[in-house]
Amino acid sequence: MAQRPVPRAVVHADTWTRAAGLLAAGELTLLSIWGDTGQVHVALLEPADHGIAVLTLPCPDGNYPSIGQVHPPAIRQERTIRDLFGIEPVGLPDTRAWLDHRDGTNYAFLPVEGEGLHQIPVGPVHAGIIEPGHFRFTCDGETVVRLEERLGYVHKGVDALFGGLPLDRAARLACRVSGDSAVALSLGFARAVEAALNITPPPRAIWLRALMAEMERIANHLGDFGAICNDASFAIMQAHCAVLRERMLRAADAAFGHRLMMDRIVPGGVTVDLDAQNVAAIMGLAVDIRDKFAALTKLYDGSASLQDRTVNTGVLTQELARQYGAGGYVGRASGRAFDSRKHPGYAPYDALRFEVPILTDGDVNARVWIRAREINASLGLIEQMLRDMPDGDTMTHVTTGSGEALTLTEAFRGDVLVWLRINQGSIDRCHIRDASWFQWPLLEAVIEGNIVADFPLCNKSFNCSYSGHDL
Amino acid sequence: MLRFLREGLRTPLTEPRPPADPEIAVLAASLNETARRRLGHSLSIRQVDAGSCNGCELEIHALNNAFYDIERFGIHFVASPRHADVLLVTGPVTRNMREALERTWRATPDPKWVVAVGDCGANGGVFAASPAVVGGVSAVVPVDITIPGCPPSPTRLLAGLLSLFKD
Repeated sequence: MAQRPVPRAVVHADTWTRAAGLLAAGELTLLSIWGDTGQVHVALLEPADHGIAVLTLPCPDGNYPSIGQVHPPAIRQERTIRDLFGIEPVGLPDTRAWLDHRDGTNYAFLPVEGEGLHQIPVGPVHAGIIEPGHFRFTCDGETVVRLEERLGYVHKGVDALFGGLPLDRAARLACRVSGDSAVALSLGFARAVEAALNITPPPRAIWLRALMAEMERIANHLGDFGAICNDASFAIMQAHCAVLRERMLRAADAAFGHRLMMDRIVPGGVTVDLDAQNVAAIMGLAVDIRDKFAALTKLYDGSASLQDRTVNTGVLTQELARQYGAGGYVGRASGRAFDSRKHPGYAPYDALRFEVPILTDGDVNARVWIRAREINASLGLIEQMLRDMPDGDTMTHVTTGSGEALTLTEAFRGDVLVWLRINQGSIDRCHIRDASWFQWPLLEAVIEGNIVADFPLCNKSFNCSYSGHDL
Repeated sequence: MLRFLREGLRTPLTEPRPPADPEIAVLAASLNETARRRLGHSLSIRQVDAGSCNGCELEIHALNNAFYDIERFGIHFVASPRHADVLLVTGPVTRNMREALERTWRATPDPKWVVAVGDCGANGGVFAASPAVVGGVSAVVPVDITIPGCPPSPTRLLAGLLSLFKD
């Protein structure tokens, strides 16, 4: 059976190794590498023309040549393949377990040598309402000389849970891979199922999905904008952004019956329609947010004490952003102009006008501004969609078939990859790669040389998902 | 800046106290009366994510916004379990978080309550069947009340937490 809409080819080890070389040379970007029964798959993106292909390497002897040995962005995913599928990446530079924590407290953190260095262990339980993870800081006085992350605490065995699930239950699970991206994940999953089974949802459903996705993006960006400022003790921004965020969630609840819009996007369409009253309410809210947020960005721009904390803090180089294929605001603040709504693109964005902001400074300030400009771009999208929304059905029949597909969908923090194989109407295998996979390692890089007190700012400006990564 | 400060004074957004949630009130009625009297109307909460998808965390965060303003009820979030009366735990509890949750519970002084949040905190939710998951919060530490939902709304969370107070 053919994979849609991008091709998948079963290859020999020499082609596999050649692809690894092209990744290392920067001629290809790694979209994901994942395990399967007796084989491994790698999804590749051509940065110039945005072509995507998947290579599959059978592993009859339970091993394969590591890609991470020449291309470091693959390392954590390859450690995961080892943990979850028992397939050995030969030559993998880091052979420690990653999501498998059965070694308990014996995990060997990287050795540090040097006079006067001290370590600060943080987590997994953090001092706030945050997900769990462990950060091991090595410091020289106030300056961080190395951060090492240890993740996997919220590993829930999502990959294995997908196996054998009927599509409706699988859609509920996909939605909960990372709750803050519930809309984007359910959209990515639904689009993959539809591509695999060759179904096209009604136009109105496609537009309603994008409306929900942009509402989710705005709500999350508002939350982040306030929270980053709050980490510089600028609490008033958090207070005002939280009010705007709450109003967006209430509008979502009124229109679609769920504040985070979970389980509203399903294979075949959407489960709720939008009535005229809520069209007017969301339109009114968009106008109001645009006005109030303009004043907040002016406040941000005019507060020297705040800028002092965000400008030149946590700089991500353009080279690293490119090498790791960093998605979302992390990549776009460091010159990587990639947005899966534009390329490879999906409906209805081809019929809409919107800006994808790009900056090159790569600091916390740039990531703040990307969010601010994306909020405005998404408000513009919402206004266009509410004005031009097609009429008609919101659901189409989902056939019981078999097939395979890969999709890229733009969540608020970057592109989400969903690959799945359906066998007679139920999921045989589903792999979901959140943007966080390639952003987490970059956080380790950007904190180097910054002071410990700036870590919360850097961390919040990335806002990686733990759950979306740990699976 | 002044504009924002003035605006904050002029237009309060805070909403009235939510009515008691009947489903949760039944559970709360059985809580230890002595402890409830001793703690009066002030609670310190340590939130612990023991494996959630982060949906519950978003709604717990919302309790601090101007609409719910949880601190007006004497409820506030603290950074250490040693300062806490209540552990607000989201789940499912993963195998990898089990020990951290047990240690956090042991670090919390008595009297203490554990509030399990969300359908996953109640029974593991959509993740219950996974071998990487231990189960709901009560599979690892004793739970006093459960606030179900996926995720529970801030109103429901607030009603659940207020049920810990002795009227």
